[in-house]
This record gives sequence, structure tokens and C-alpha cells, in this order.
Amino acid sequence: METIKLQEIFDAKIEKGDTIEPKDWMPENYRKTLIRQISQHAHSEIVGMLPEGNWITRAPSLRRKMVLLAKVQDEGGHGLYLYSAAETMGISRDEMIDQLHSGKAKYSSIFNYPTLSWADIGAIGWLVDGAAIMNQVMLQRTSYGPYARAMVRICKEESFHQRQGYEIMTVLAKGTPEQKELAQDALNRFWWPSLMMLGPTDKESPNTEQSVKWKIKRETNDEVRQKFVDRTVPQADILGLKIPDKDLKWNEAKNGYDFGEANWEEFFNVVKGNGPCNKERLSARVKAHENGAWVREAAAAYAARESKRGNNGN
Amino acid sequence: MTKENQGILWEVFVQTKPGLPHKHCGSVHAPDKEMAIQNARDVYTRRSEGTSIWVVPAEAITASSPEDMGSFFEPANDKVYRHPTFYHVPEGVKYL
Repeated sequence: METIKLQEIFDAKIEKGDTIEPKDWMPENYRKTLIRQISQHAHSEIVGMLPEGNWITRAPSLRRKMVLLAKVQDEGGHGLYLYSAAETMGISRDEMIDQLHSGKAKYSSIFNYPTLSWADIGAIGWLVDGAAIMNQVMLQRTSYGPYARAMVRICKEESFHQRQGYEIMTVLAKGTPEQKELAQDALNRFWWPSLMMLGPTDKESPNTEQSVKWKIKRETNDEVRQKFVDRTVPQADILGLKIPDKDLKWNEAKNGYDFGEANWEEFFNVVKGNGPCNKERLSARVKAHENGAWVREAAAAYAARESKRGNNGN
Repeated sequence: MTKENQGILWEVFVQTKPGLPHKHCGSVHAPDKEMAIQNARDVYTRRSEGTSIWVVPAEAITASSPEDMGSFFEPANDKVYRHPTFYHVPEGVKYL
């Protein structure tokens, strides 16, 4: 079929709200945009295991430790769903991992901030997972079928992540003055990075318009950010904690909060690789991958031997 | 680029309750079928979503092609008499 005809079929599907599936024809840029977005999303899940993994051995109780282990394991699973979704577009898993390790592919800026206290684990669950959920709920209706289906699974699992974070914050905020101070400090440090992880403002986000047209994104970064602020501020009030934004105030007319401008210079700097933990995160990933090489080789060798012996491993 | 050593791709089908059909839920990489089924369990049934799992090498699956969708499924379109609602039955007849 000629390209013009194929383009028409594609456009009609998008218009109608049908999903695009792996074997369907799609414009080269649609494919490129999605490979970039899905693989970066996958990398974020995997790198996101690191800041929380930092506290597994120091969780304050067995209950918290079990929960944190389960959460970090979920993040690993989410990475795998997403890598699989990206692979359906014709990029290999190894290629994506190489792009992450070489620094060519990005991951969410938020994971380049350190987790200094236990309260940070609460703040990450509440704010970072909270912000991610806003984004991911929207992506359940994204136009690429495998991505949308991965999001449905992820959203189902993420809701416990946010609740466990808020529970940690609740206990600290209602605890001793020192504990409350830890909670406030974590909120202070994670508030702005959480707003920024939803991406640059619409003015600074050149890809948004096309992504909205292709229904990859159903809402712009600023729209998702507004929703996140509106939902989160009352949650902070219940904790008795203060959002670190002097410009934050209720705006009756728009039925939402007005809030201050994030430090976008910091955001772009972190994205470029100069955040507090970029080097540490990447080197931890590379090291884990290299240290696991023998396991992959042994498994491959075993499979090859078994299939030679006729024990048809695959 | 490093050598491809993620194993082959397996499609995963999970049965959520005894008696229900196995439904496709995603894919995993694994070098052999035992590891494929273990990986599938860890990735897709962490919350007891399954009572049974099938893994199938992705390359063993043959699929209809989207371009031919119209003509491929066309033979069924004009055969409404394959549906029970096509038939008129007198009012009051039961168990039909």
C-alpha cells in the first residue's frame, strides 16, 4: 500500500480513538517518539529502585522492610513491562540497556536526588509515586496499545506505593517533634523535584503538541502538574505539614491552586547529568549489569547445551 | 553494542481462575522454558493473579496481518443468520 493511504488509515484510527498495534503501519516519528518515551519510562522504573533500595536494610521495622522490598520489586516488574512494550516497536532490550548505560537515554530527573533520611522513603511514595500516577493514569489511554496495557497493570500496582508512602508520612508527622521535622524536611526537598518530574512547562516542551495530536499524551505537562498540586495540598494539610511554596494559594476562580515557578535551571541541569546523584545512579546500574553478566552467560550456555542434548529447552 | 544475551522472547498467557481461558498478558525474556515460566510468574503474578501460566516462544506465533483485516474477516460480515437474534419465534415460546 502507498504511504499516503497508510497515513490516512493511521490518522483515522487516532481520530477514532482506536489503539495502534505493533504490526500496524505508523509514521516513523510516532515510532521514534514512543521508543524514546517508553524506554525512558522503563529506565526510570529501574533506576528508581536505587534510591529506595538504599533504605531496605535500614527500614525501621520488619513490616516496613517487607513493604519496601515488595515496592522495589514492583518497580523492577514495571520496568520489564515497559521494556517489553518498547520492544514491540522494533528496538532490542540490549540496545535500550546500552543507551541507558552510555548516557544516551535519559530517565526521570527525580531519581538523581539522594534519600537522606527514612522520611524520604515516605516522601517518595507519597509525592514521587503520586506524581507518576497522575501521569500514568493519563497514559492508560495512550494511543499505542502495548504501552496503554502496560500502564493499566502499573496503575493497579502503584496505588499501594502511594498509600504506603503517605502512611510513613502520617506516622512521622504525628510522632515526636524530631520525627515531624524529618517529615517536613523530606517534603521540603522532594516537593519541587516532584513538580518538575512532570516535565518542562508547556512553553518549553516542544514535543508536547505533536504528542497530544497523536494521543500519546492526553494532557499537557502543565495540566497534569495542576492536577497533582490540587490533589496533594489538602493531603499535606491533613499531615499538618507545610508545602514549601510562598506563592501557593487557593484560586476560587479557576477552582485550583496558584503556585510558584519551579527552578527550571536546576531541572535542566539535572537532566543534563549534573544532579546530586547522576553519576552514582548510573555507575550502580552499570556495575549491577556487569556483575550479572556471568549469570546471563551461564543461563545461555545451559540452554544451548540442553537443546543440543534434545531436552528442547525452547 | 554488547552481544544479545537476554535470551529469547516468550509471550505469556495467564489463566486468572480455574475454568477460564488463558489470556495474553505480556512477554518475558528467558534462555529456556523453565526460566521463562519462572520469570513469567515473578513478573505477571505477584498478586496471585493466576492459577496457570503458558509461555510460548514469540517466534512460534503466527498472527493475521492488520492490513488485510477487512478482507480477512469479511466472510463473516454478511452472515447474520449465524446469530440467534436472526430468527423469528412466536411470542410466549420458552427455552429457545
